[in-house]
Amino acid sequence: MIAAVLQRLVQMAFVMFGISVLVFLIFFATPGADPAARLAGRNASPETVQQIRHEFGFDRPLPVQYAIMMKKLFITQDLTSFVNRGEKVVPEILAAAPATLSLVAGAALLWVLGGLFVGVISAATRGSWLDRSLMILALIGISMPVFWLASMANLVTQSAYHDSWAFSWVPELGYTPLTKNPLRWFQGLVIPWLTLATLYVGIYGRVLRANLIETLQEDYIRTARAKGLSETRVLLRHGLRTSLAAFVTMFGLDFGSLVGGAALLTEVLFGINGVGRLTYIALGNLDLPMILASVMYASFFVVGANAVVDILYAVIDPRVRKE
Amino acid sequence: MVDTFSETLSEQAAADIAAEVISRPGRGPWATAFRRLRRDRAAMVALGVLVLILVACALAPLYAHLAGTDPFRPNLDGSITLNGQSVDVMQPSTTGLGLGVTPIGPTWTLHYLLGADSQGRDVAARLLYGGQTSLFIAGMATVICLVLATLVGVVAGFFGGWVDTVLSRILDVLWAFPIYLLAISLSIVLLNTTLHIGPIALTSDSLALPIAIVGVIYIPYVARPIRGQVLTLRHSEFVLAAVGLGIPAWRILWRDILPNVTTTLIVFVPILMALNIVTESALSFLAIGVQPPNASWGTIIGDGEALLYTRPMVALAPGLAIVLTVLALNVLGDGVRDALDPRTKIR
Repeated sequence: MIAAVLQRLVQMAFVMFGISVLVFLIFFATPGADPAARLAGRNASPETVQQIRHEFGFDRPLPVQYAIMMKKLFITQDLTSFVNRGEKVVPEILAAAPATLSLVAGAALLWVLGGLFVGVISAATRGSWLDRSLMILALIGISMPVFWLASMANLVTQSAYHDSWAFSWVPELGYTPLTKNPLRWFQGLVIPWLTLATLYVGIYGRVLRANLIETLQEDYIRTARAKGLSETRVLLRHGLRTSLAAFVTMFGLDFGSLVGGAALLTEVLFGINGVGRLTYIALGNLDLPMILASVMYASFFVVGANAVVDILYAVIDPRVRKE
Repeated sequence: MVDTFSETLSEQAAADIAAEVISRPGRGPWATAFRRLRRDRAAMVALGVLVLILVACALAPLYAHLAGTDPFRPNLDGSITLNGQSVDVMQPSTTGLGLGVTPIGPTWTLHYLLGADSQGRDVAARLLYGGQTSLFIAGMATVICLVLATLVGVVAGFFGGWVDTVLSRILDVLWAFPIYLLAISLSIVLLNTTLHIGPIALTSDSLALPIAIVGVIYIPYVARPIRGQVLTLRHSEFVLAAVGLGIPAWRILWRDILPNVTTTLIVFVPILMALNIVTESALSFLAIGVQPPNASWGTIIGDGEALLYTRPMVALAPGLAIVLTVLALNVLGDGVRDALDPRTKIR
């Protein structure tokens, strides 16, 4: 057990190292431009570029440059933006994290409930019109680009029908911290939650349905039926339990990647000041230190979250532990 | 049923049919799969929709010619004739202080069918040209992804050992890297440099950049299952026999391994197309994908963002085009998978 956990942690460390090297190479070793000038952003003075070159060791070998960059990102955490002079990027990112977490956690709750509902109902009524229409809806949900759906949600709730009874409660775009005004926090996030959850309800519903239908062919399900258990009990207690394994693994991956940046577009369109929006603003004014830091922190979060899920999995499921 | 059927046939005809059935060779797996796919009504409808979209986008120059608009040049002072009256493409604002101009809305006639964007350009014409770009990028990226992923997966799975270890670890890293962050990092760096690959210089307005970025990021997604499959094939009896006969590795790869992963690759085509269209549109929406003067569905939605509350059609139309295309691809993808992989036939 401990060996398995240790092994997983070593693997995690390796992947994190790999990602950090990859990001470093993408940003500073791609041919075509001076890395110091890249870091300095648009319209930087030659003196600034010269100073950056010296400070980040761009006149020294690549491994030294890598070490300096990692130190500035993770140990001293004093990487500063050159576009917004003197702004330390790491604290900035950590301050934006609660907004991203609020968005993703709420959406996650919605999509898990929605996915369970869609998957179980359509597996139970397989082949019926209800199953077919749920599956068509799920496919449509999967096929909509999230940024477009967010635009359309804004169009309906902020403009076209904002004055109707249905959406008059929707506050202006933006994010209110939970600690400041819980009601406003909730109201402001309902539409973003629904928008973000739509895609995942589709994916999870489809996967769960397929899994359940496969599980229902198993011998032990026939045994359960033969014992005279009710169909609901067979479906929920015997079928769903085994089908949930894939569901849990997927959830870990998706939750991690959303917190780690996949929610960027949703944040941008709903004006939520999370990590994704910071990255987006940095994209606009070529603030490379900010992009670098957010990419690095976000991907580390994803890798860490996946490792935690795997370890928890080994704790829950004895079969995984034995391997 | 059977009785009435045979009664309507003369004995001679029945004998002919029987002879034909016996003499006809068994249907191959491809023909069987193709037949299954043809019987799948949803998949056939989806295929029809895709063909329609392709044809419509291919006819973009025709529409632009008939409507007499140039989708790539601003038209701020132009006017068109509507119901016998001359109407400005950019109309004075009626809301707010009455300053500024609002582009014309959908006319539902040949000229400015879906209205104009903030530059006075015909949205319908841009939609069709944008579709060409979106579909082209998605298609090319799919090809790149499949070729590279097959190469990596087959080599890793077949040769094993340290080759497999190195390639698998690289795939692990790429896999763990959030896709949008990878795409954003690549785009932001590559867009601001001119990349020289041999004699080819990639400038930022070239479509090759979004193609390369979108093509690369999904490689682990395809390469991992391919590697797994090749790993099993490597130890199957017919491959071991070929190895024992001293047949060179490249020949085994080409004749024995590759044909066996083709089904998997085909199943991935519609799925990858769908993923690529959505990814490209997201990058273009963020202004780090397709660069002006080129347009794709994603950039048009981005243009429409500023006009969202006054002229929603600018963002609505390309979004619907994406949804329709991706939906059709997903339905077709389900059909192709069901047709090629009998295991998933459990319904």
